[in-house]
Amino acid sequence: MNLPDALGRLSRYMQAVIVTRDGEGHPYSVATDFEVSGETVILRPPKTGPVSIQTTDVHVVFSRIRPLPGYGYDERSYVELAGDLAPDGSWRFIPMRARGWDEADLPFFELCERALPQARRYMEEVGQAQGTKVKPRMSAGWKFFVATRLPFLTATLVPVFLGIAVAAYERRFSWPLMALTLVGAIAVHLGLNIANDIFDARSGADEVNLNPTMFSGGSRAIQYGLLTMRQMVTLSVVCYSVAIACGLVLTWKSGLGLLWVGLAGILISVFYTAPPFRLVHRGLGELSVALGFGPIMVLGAYYVQTGHYALRPLLLSVPVAVFVMLILYANEIPDRVADAKAGKRTLVVRWTPDAVIARYALSAAVAYVVLIAGNVFGVLPRPTLIGLLTIPLAWYVARGLKKHFFSPYGVVPALQSNILLHLATGILLIAGVLVAKVVA
Amino acid sequence: MTTAAGEETASSAVPPQVIDLLNAALVAELTVMDARGRLFTDPLIPMWDGEHVLMTSSVLFSRKLQRIKQNPHVSVSLSDPVAIPSEPFGRATIQGEARVIDDDLHAGWERLLPLWISKEPSVKKILRFRFALPLFWERAVIEITPRRVFFWRDGDTASEPDVVEIEAAA
Repeated sequence: MNLPDALGRLSRYMQAVIVTRDGEGHPYSVATDFEVSGETVILRPPKTGPVSIQTTDVHVVFSRIRPLPGYGYDERSYVELAGDLAPDGSWRFIPMRARGWDEADLPFFELCERALPQARRYMEEVGQAQGTKVKPRMSAGWKFFVATRLPFLTATLVPVFLGIAVAAYERRFSWPLMALTLVGAIAVHLGLNIANDIFDARSGADEVNLNPTMFSGGSRAIQYGLLTMRQMVTLSVVCYSVAIACGLVLTWKSGLGLLWVGLAGILISVFYTAPPFRLVHRGLGELSVALGFGPIMVLGAYYVQTGHYALRPLLLSVPVAVFVMLILYANEIPDRVADAKAGKRTLVVRWTPDAVIARYALSAAVAYVVLIAGNVFGVLPRPTLIGLLTIPLAWYVARGLKKHFFSPYGVVPALQSNILLHLATGILLIAGVLVAKVVA
Repeated sequence: MTTAAGEETASSAVPPQVIDLLNAALVAELTVMDARGRLFTDPLIPMWDGEHVLMTSSVLFSRKLQRIKQNPHVSVSLSDPVAIPSEPFGRATIQGEARVIDDDLHAGWERLLPLWISKEPSVKKILRFRFALPLFWERAVIEITPRRVFFWRDGDTASEPDVVEIEAAA
């Protein structure tokens, strides 16, 4: 906060606190009224008992909150000016430096992210004093939850269940194969999430991201010191190993045709952020996610049950692919500044805000058109049209993204609804297929 | 105690009116000094445990903790009529010596939770999502022993304050 900016903010405050030293050199503070006059602050002389206020190196502090009974408060802000009192005894304060914070300008979460280096320094100092390493404490379960970004598993569960539902519609279904498919798909997704954090930490993308939200900016497990890079690598390797083992068993059970889809899925997930391809850095992240969490998972899950590929699951995978791609795409909106700094040239970084929103709407429209076309041409069972019920939600998300494009935290509700859009459309499609099976 | 009228009284404890302010205040201004004597002020929630003014600070905003370790002399100003819903309103300044308690950053501060939640009930809810912002919840306690208290009745600092000198416990 610079001085003119700070002075411009003072009209919002009700009182000033004069901060100085007493005769023993200890800090002393006293509130008083004030008014701003040009580049100076006129203070009302306070009575301070035995303490006399010095005229040089005086600080004047302005602080405010808005109390919210039953909740606490919000609208926190403060300004601290450092300077001297005019030597003429007029209580005219001449500020020379300013610092402060206004959460309307710098959201609290961003303030916290900016303070990470200080937190690390302090914990290191405390650790040295205690002769031990001080890290934030968290149970292994929560660390796993955070590092793997477990709630995002819906992106995997929807296509896997959709593929299995289509197979069941065609009267091909095995419980053990379904269980193994789920384990393998979940493992590859968790491995991908962790690998994404590892490579983003190495490239610096997560470090420079000061606006992470619950939907963007990675898990922060490395930045917060919850897990070391080595632990993250180990966790990722374990996940991928489980995924590969499941894939090999399923290939043995279902046929070699699964190998190609499985291999494509693993390669896309690894090279999503890993060099040399770093697909997400080349504007191919969205396409990779669409393929991986759309056709690859739907067709893979379908193949495991049926032993062949077909047009019906491929068509049904399109809306799911589009909406999962749009999760990533929209989540890149708050990340775009940090991504650009780290050389991560996502589509959102490459395009103008208007183009980003227009292409979001166009992609969503394509998803619904494919669903309608699949029904018109008799490939998809009629009840799958129930997926169209999410059109108003898609419209709501597009509007929210447009309105809050430049507000990393204001855009969060739209991002939440965007995830719901994928989940709701997927569940409705699965329900539609299952209803068709029951009716048939 | 010396009253605003200059009368000497026998009290050497923190005046009850100031304790009322501490218990009501959502924000106070804490001023600390670094080793070079430079002043720094931050708004924090003050709490009162019957003997000390207590505050808590996340490791994220821990410069004040480092400064207190360098120089324990601090000043706490209770000044904002909006942030101090106390009737009758008054203003106070507490000079004292602060101690940083950070031997258990993860849980040591939790003893302040009942006092903290009484002022900021949302903390109880936010704490359930501790995993989302783990470093914010690694915290130290600032324990301030009052040495001198200034109290301005009705909050009018243009009039002389009551001043209470508090002797260090033997």
